[in-house]
Amino acid sequence: MTTTATATPAGRSGVMTRTGLGRLKPRRNPWRHPWFLEGFTWLYLVWSLVPVALAVLFSFNNGRSQSVWQGFSLRWYYADPINSVLHDPNLHAAVIQTFRLSVYTTVITVPLGVAFALGINRWRSRTATSFNFLMILSFVIPELIFGVAMFFVFTALFTSVHLGTLAETLALITWNVSWPALIVQARLVTIGKQYEEAAADLGTPPLQVMRRVMLPMLTPAIFASAVLVFSSVVDDFVLVDLLNSNSSNTPMSVYIYSQQRGGNGGPALNALGTIMLVMSFVIVIIGYLGYRWMTRGERGSRIDALATLAGSD
Amino acid sequence: MASGQERLTGQDVRRRGRGPRRRQREPHQLFWIALAAPGIIWLALLFVVPFYVIFAIAGGQINQVFGYPVAIYNPLRWSSTNLHGAIRDLFGSSAFVGPIIVRTLIYVIVAALLCLLIGYPAAYFVARFAGRRKALFLVLLIAPFWISYMMRMLAWIGLLQTNGYVNRALTFLHLATHPINWLGGLGFTVVLGLVYGYIPYMILVLYAGLDRIDPALIEAGRDLGLGRARTFLRVTLPLSRQPIMTGLLITVLPMLGDYFTNQLLSGTTDTTMVGNVIDDQLNTPGLQGEGAVFSLLFLLVLIAPMIYYVVATNRSSREAL
Repeated sequence: MTTTATATPAGRSGVMTRTGLGRLKPRRNPWRHPWFLEGFTWLYLVWSLVPVALAVLFSFNNGRSQSVWQGFSLRWYYADPINSVLHDPNLHAAVIQTFRLSVYTTVITVPLGVAFALGINRWRSRTATSFNFLMILSFVIPELIFGVAMFFVFTALFTSVHLGTLAETLALITWNVSWPALIVQARLVTIGKQYEEAAADLGTPPLQVMRRVMLPMLTPAIFASAVLVFSSVVDDFVLVDLLNSNSSNTPMSVYIYSQQRGGNGGPALNALGTIMLVMSFVIVIIGYLGYRWMTRGERGSRIDALATLAGSD
Repeated sequence: MASGQERLTGQDVRRRGRGPRRRQREPHQLFWIALAAPGIIWLALLFVVPFYVIFAIAGGQINQVFGYPVAIYNPLRWSSTNLHGAIRDLFGSSAFVGPIIVRTLIYVIVAALLCLLIGYPAAYFVARFAGRRKALFLVLLIAPFWISYMMRMLAWIGLLQTNGYVNRALTFLHLATHPINWLGGLGFTVVLGLVYGYIPYMILVLYAGLDRIDPALIEAGRDLGLGRARTFLRVTLPLSRQPIMTGLLITVLPMLGDYFTNQLLSGTTDTTMVGNVIDDQLNTPGLQGEGAVFSLLFLLVLIAPMIYYVVATNRSSREAL
């Protein structure tokens, strides 16, 4: 919409030249900087980031309001002996649960997905293609429906898995396993087969080809997918909302939701949200630096690193 | 054992011939299958089986005393109790789902179009004109990805409260005489929340697609005398049709199942969406079977766009080869 609006004048002058005469007249510089577009982009960025910055600010509010600034304090983090994140057992448990789920899920998901990607990519057959189709399907299915399936399977069929941490972890692994699977497959495509074949022609057995040739080349992709899995578990809401059973296995996102919805909002929730944000950012920054270090010497890796860590490849 | 069987079928397919290229040596087939096996078994047990359980619950009975659902796994013995319940909710005398479906569709369509209208120019600018500042813009554009959804909703809850900054700004500018109750059940607020929540996905998809357009094509359009607008309309826009479709899908699919945005930003029944119906039924003893039926109906509607998405993704990754 807006782009066409900015571009109209140039377009019209284009039409005018065709009527003759003006053909040699210098047109407005067609490569001029699109200030309107840039302004629009900045406006969008302000709209998308400033509210969050304010929400972080209000976690330091010295009062009970999430909307009226009453001075700076750290009471909602640790100073308040009852309601702070450090001292309220429920808030406390929520932070630990989020961290636990992220670590458990990442540790299991990444090897599972990487092995799947390698196997499927080299075992070329129609069966392999259909399993891959299934994997991508698990990537696009609406999370609510997947959550319903998980809820029923753990309450009706695999009843020895009670709702709680185990159910949450199993569901999160299934939900996230497509990240490493897809990212590693994309990387395999760019690497090509020649290195692997060279090693095999020199008589290296497949397990060693894997260890000595493929894994080192795939390390950046594996690393990036670990970062993605970790940060998307931190942010996950729907699955854990459907599969938690009590306050000891309620992670931060669900705690924020249920308290805010129940009318118990307050800066302590903003403090939780800020902790989530810091957790994700720390892991992404580690991811970025690590990815850059691993792909040093490759071209344009700064933007590649960013795009990969956002899951777009 | 499972992997052994899969190996057989895999070779079977091969042997039945495809071209000679297909029959290329792959000496360590078993190794690759063993490598993929854990993932395949995992998907079978925790992705395929759970979906069958939804069917079993939907076709099952409800325990009359305690109200918990009783799954029936044999399709021949499926009962229609839950299906009837769902049909009553949809069309019967006590039907309440119809208006909710209409509302969900309106919210989602408006929100997805707004995502596109806001996201496209921003993604276009960053992909084409950001120049040396591209990395900076990209960080800012995708930062919301790494900020929890709940935190982003908290941000608007704070801003939109009756004494929040939005109302204060409006009264200060004399645009409103008294504070507006934004969080009291306005569809506008819910759509705003949806746009705010899902636009990063749209932008990332659009950016990736627009960034891949060869600048030479655009330059060619220019060199051949097209103005800015017409280069955009004739070259860029047609080339970005695929990203636009993918972007719309990737925002619409999760929005349709969203049940938390409206709960946080309005919490009244004026803004109930389809996701809330399923979520409520899941949490209500006696209605879980109907929840399963609704989940399946929901899935049935979405299966076509989902498969389109998968096929499109598959195709574009194969083109990258």
